[in-house]
Amino acid sequence: MRIPVYHSASLPKTWSAAWRSFRIATWLGWQIESNWTDPFLFAIYSMLKPLASAAILVVMYGVITNGQFENPIFPYIYLGNAFYIYVGAVMTGVSWAVIDDREHYRTLKYIYVAPIRLPAYWLGRGVARFLTGSFAVFITLAAGVLFLHVPVHPAQVDWPLFLLSLMLGVVMLALMGLVLASISLMIAHHFFLIGEAVAGALYLLSGAIFPLEVLPPWLRPLGFAMPITYWLELIRRSLLGDLARGFPTLSGFSNGQLLGILTGLSVLFGLLAAVTYRLCDRQAREKGLIDQTTNY
Amino acid sequence: MGSEARPFFAPVPKASGWRLFLKTVVARAYPRVVGQQRERSWIFFDVFLSILAVSAYVFVYRAIGAPEEYVGFVVVGGAMTAFWLNVLWSMSSQLYWEKESGNLALYIMAPNSMMAILLGMALGGIIATALRAAAILLVGSLIFHVQYAVGNLPALVVVFILTLAALYGLGMMSASLFLLWGREAWHLANLAQEPIYLLSGFYFPVKNLGFWVAVGASIIPLTLGLDAMRQLLFPSGAALGFLTVPVEVVVLAVLCVLFLVAARWLLGYMERIAIRKGRLLESRR
Repeated sequence: MRIPVYHSASLPKTWSAAWRSFRIATWLGWQIESNWTDPFLFAIYSMLKPLASAAILVVMYGVITNGQFENPIFPYIYLGNAFYIYVGAVMTGVSWAVIDDREHYRTLKYIYVAPIRLPAYWLGRGVARFLTGSFAVFITLAAGVLFLHVPVHPAQVDWPLFLLSLMLGVVMLALMGLVLASISLMIAHHFFLIGEAVAGALYLLSGAIFPLEVLPPWLRPLGFAMPITYWLELIRRSLLGDLARGFPTLSGFSNGQLLGILTGLSVLFGLLAAVTYRLCDRQAREKGLIDQTTNY
Repeated sequence: MGSEARPFFAPVPKASGWRLFLKTVVARAYPRVVGQQRERSWIFFDVFLSILAVSAYVFVYRAIGAPEEYVGFVVVGGAMTAFWLNVLWSMSSQLYWEKESGNLALYIMAPNSMMAILLGMALGGIIATALRAAAILLVGSLIFHVQYAVGNLPALVVVFILTLAALYGLGMMSASLFLLWGREAWHLANLAQEPIYLLSGFYFPVKNLGFWVAVGASIIPLTLGLDAMRQLLFPSGAALGFLTVPVEVVVLAVLCVLFLVAARWLLGYMERIAIRKGRLLESRR
């Protein structure tokens, strides 16, 4: 008996198929992320890493400045680090699904033959990390406001700008994650490293925890080419207001211009994600990489 | 077939006692060292990723106008992260990985000591990771122009060796614990990165965390090891040190013995528990 095989390219390109794939993958991703322990331990686990990461910077800053947390550079560093959690969570979360399914659960081949839209499925798998990341960002932010006097006042926050920037940023990060997921289809030995390498490079180049002026001049253009640079600036401006404009890096740009650049770069990454997926998907099928396991 | 041909069932000379122990250590260390030669891109990525993290912290220090010695502190801390990551992912989690891939049963069935296997893992890990740590130290020092002032090289060597011995003893001990924890091991290893970087003072002198926090963090050998190494490597290290170097050396030596004895006891405990509950070869994905 011939078993019908659904290739993602031949599936009906409807929103309902994509939505179904996204929804189920979201549920699956949440189960995988959270069901290894009880909810209390899971919450502790989700909080400890980001808080420790923020605390390293706080101690470094406190040691050198003798605790002058009212200096504008401190909220710049703190907020950049807090919202950078989304980069690791969303981008790596989406791309990690390929490796998890192929090498750990060894189910990628079954997912491939199931009637789903694969990119939507990968995006859905990233939602769980987005949720835990949001929790970590909130806790980090709350700790900063409550204990370190990071000047974020709910009444003074530009909420429309914040929500719009956050949404655009998460979409942009998910699209970057899709690019990495597609590349992961082709990569066996280095799967631990691709997401970390990209996130690490962006942490350095996007001015997440220091103004781009501190970078050597030859590295700064790379920072200006990264969408995350503009996204973090928008987040800082929406939360801190005029305080965020004190740094010269992007002071020449208005909020509208920054939103335009971020939107343009997100569209660019969307196109890049579509092209990368088509190329890598075809190559992975051609070379028989869909069900490879390397036991690394 | 000529008469000089080896008989099909010729007895193989078997090692036993200390000879078997040492052969097991070497046999388990071998794939760690050779495996690295076969995955050279991993060396590149390990060094590259660490340099990225080190660079980010160095630029933070420069952004807030820190003295240049703090740049050196970050580079040395960044180099030592290679050992901590190796202990976490290739020592503590290793028996769990071996169970998942089916090798653990073979280790237990083979007529050798599990302590020898753990020691081999540690020895191979130290050799393989030392290369990466040296590369991070060299590249970081060159990029950021770190100035060292080594006044007592023998003491530095002793501190380094004791730190690694205690650290890998901790790894051998936790290998059994992680095996008992099963599927949670991955998450625990993941969790033990940033919090340990914070508590052990990888990027700043641990003294700044306060006396009692630093005392608590000293259970991780890298806390005192890093502190002692910084005191011996940088002119202002002694002023920023937590305890004096001789005291830190004594504590590190005690930790070495403590962790090795605990590793041996926990291996036996793990085997007893596993046999009783029948969970040793259970695979829960």
